[in-house]
Amino acid sequence: MAEASVKNGVNIDALLAAREALKNAPEAAKFTWRASCKWQSGTHATSTVQGFHGLGDEQSHKTQFSFETDHPEVFASEDHGATPVELVLVGLASCLTAGVATVAQNRGIQLRSVEAKLEGKMNLYGILGIDSDVRNGYDDIKVTFKIDADASKKDIEALVAQSQKRSAVYDIVTNPTNVTVEVI
Amino acid sequence: MIGAGHAGLAVSRVLTEHSLEHVVLERGEVANSWRSERWDSLRLLTPNWQSRLPGYPYRGADPDGFMTMPEVIEHVAGFAHAISAPVRTHTAVTSVSRVAGGYEIATGNGGIRCRSLVIASGAANVPHVPKVREAVPPPIACVTAFDYGNAERLPRGGVLVVGASATGVQLADEIHRSGRPVTLSVGEHVRLPRTYRGQDVLWWMEHSGVWNQRYDEIDDIERARGLPSPQLIGTPERATLDLNVLRAAGVEIVGRLAAIRDGRALFSGGLRNQFALADLKMQRLLDTFDEWARSTTPAVEVGAPERFEPTQAPESPRLSLDLRNGEIRSIVWATGFRPDYRWLEVPVLNRKGELRHDGGVVEDAPGMYAIGLPVLRRRKSTFIIGAEDDARDIVTHLASYLGTACRSRGE
Repeated sequence: MAEASVKNGVNIDALLAAREALKNAPEAAKFTWRASCKWQSGTHATSTVQGFHGLGDEQSHKTQFSFETDHPEVFASEDHGATPVELVLVGLASCLTAGVATVAQNRGIQLRSVEAKLEGKMNLYGILGIDSDVRNGYDDIKVTFKIDADASKKDIEALVAQSQKRSAVYDIVTNPTNVTVEVI
Repeated sequence: MIGAGHAGLAVSRVLTEHSLEHVVLERGEVANSWRSERWDSLRLLTPNWQSRLPGYPYRGADPDGFMTMPEVIEHVAGFAHAISAPVRTHTAVTSVSRVAGGYEIATGNGGIRCRSLVIASGAANVPHVPKVREAVPPPIACVTAFDYGNAERLPRGGVLVVGASATGVQLADEIHRSGRPVTLSVGEHVRLPRTYRGQDVLWWMEHSGVWNQRYDEIDDIERARGLPSPQLIGTPERATLDLNVLRAAGVEIVGRLAAIRDGRALFSGGLRNQFALADLKMQRLLDTFDEWARSTTPAVEVGAPERFEPTQAPESPRLSLDLRNGEIRSIVWATGFRPDYRWLEVPVLNRKGELRHDGGVVEDAPGMYAIGLPVLRRRKSTFIIGAEDDARDIVTHLASYLGTACRSRGE
């Protein structure tokens, strides 16, 4: 199946084994991802991730990862980090890119380089409350991949299509999700 | 005057008081929209005693009842008769343009020149349907509040009602009662109980002063003008018709219709927040009523303060609905109305096609006025009871304008 000569750095055998194992362990397949966020000052906040739940147990990253978010100076902020909407683009880009690598490994396609550029268009009339007909979020997101690989253009396009089909973030961005926000 | 509905006729009556010569142009009959653009079972949201027009109170036997459409037509036509309004019926305005010293009005029955004009053609001339309608798969019938009529005109089978204003909740309720399974898509909405502390909630709106709040005292006037109508229904039982009632009756509640993609309707996952916002705002309004009742002695006896159950969110609201599998046979768009100004050739509309006006005084068009639009001068502006105060303010401004215009020409 996965050709040994292809080295994209993805342990596809382990992934395929996990897929088989989880088929018979539906509870283990139920994951809960977590993030914490702490307000600093102004629009600056620090978010961290470490623990998550999955495979029927508590799990942890090797270390805690931390993300600064803020807004740029044109928003009269101090620009301590990326804007939250840019982090959404980061999430989408990195999810699709990881998917491209995984699918390529599975299909025996050697990658040499994968680069993605993302653009999200947004009308500030939404978040500023100027026009209730304008949505707050992105009204259009464009992802452009530049992929150098041992494969035809058609195969590379199929790779990118399959990556979208199996992408969690692509699904989150393109489909509605129930959100509950509580104050304790 | 353009339009012989309750608002235009109220202005006519006040113009007559000022001995100002005028004519009321009406495309159809007096109260035309009430005759032809409403569904069969509709009753007014306001109790009969609030159907007060200048010098013309409700005199019937059921002050707490809610008028049916034939009763509204009779009431408005009775008012037109009582004030001998100079109405020209079946005279549709085809264009209004600016000429020296005033405006030129073209109608199906010839032209008229006037120095001043009041637009009273209504706030709800055409149903507004969002662009997403274009993606509805073909076998599904689409109707709006204008062509709905009654539930029996819909195909048998499931109905998706989009919008939870007064129109949306009333139609959802009626269609559900006809035996058709109803899914109601809910975005921003205004929740109100029919009665509060023993009085009609609109009695509280009037007496507590909320309805009299002026347009220039409201923080976000654009938002106030764009609010959906409150979830109210006029029934002999004075029943509350909120989302809890509809849900208990078996209507399925889903979030705002965000998109239709590949034949599937996608609903927002933000339903809980829509509920929370509407509950909070209702709570705040009831607090205002209580505050007023504490600080004054209401003319009638009121009951003890009441608190209502929060809107109950479904455990996991449906996020998508297949429009191709036959479950849904029709969609009712209760997504609002817009005025129609296609005949207005004076550049007084904003980029969204709304009339630019300051409390009914149209901007950059001396002598041009509007009445009967949402929160025109007060929160009650679009209600029948709201017409008189706005008409008096508008006519005061208009009379002063005509006086100044005459003096400046040495007349």
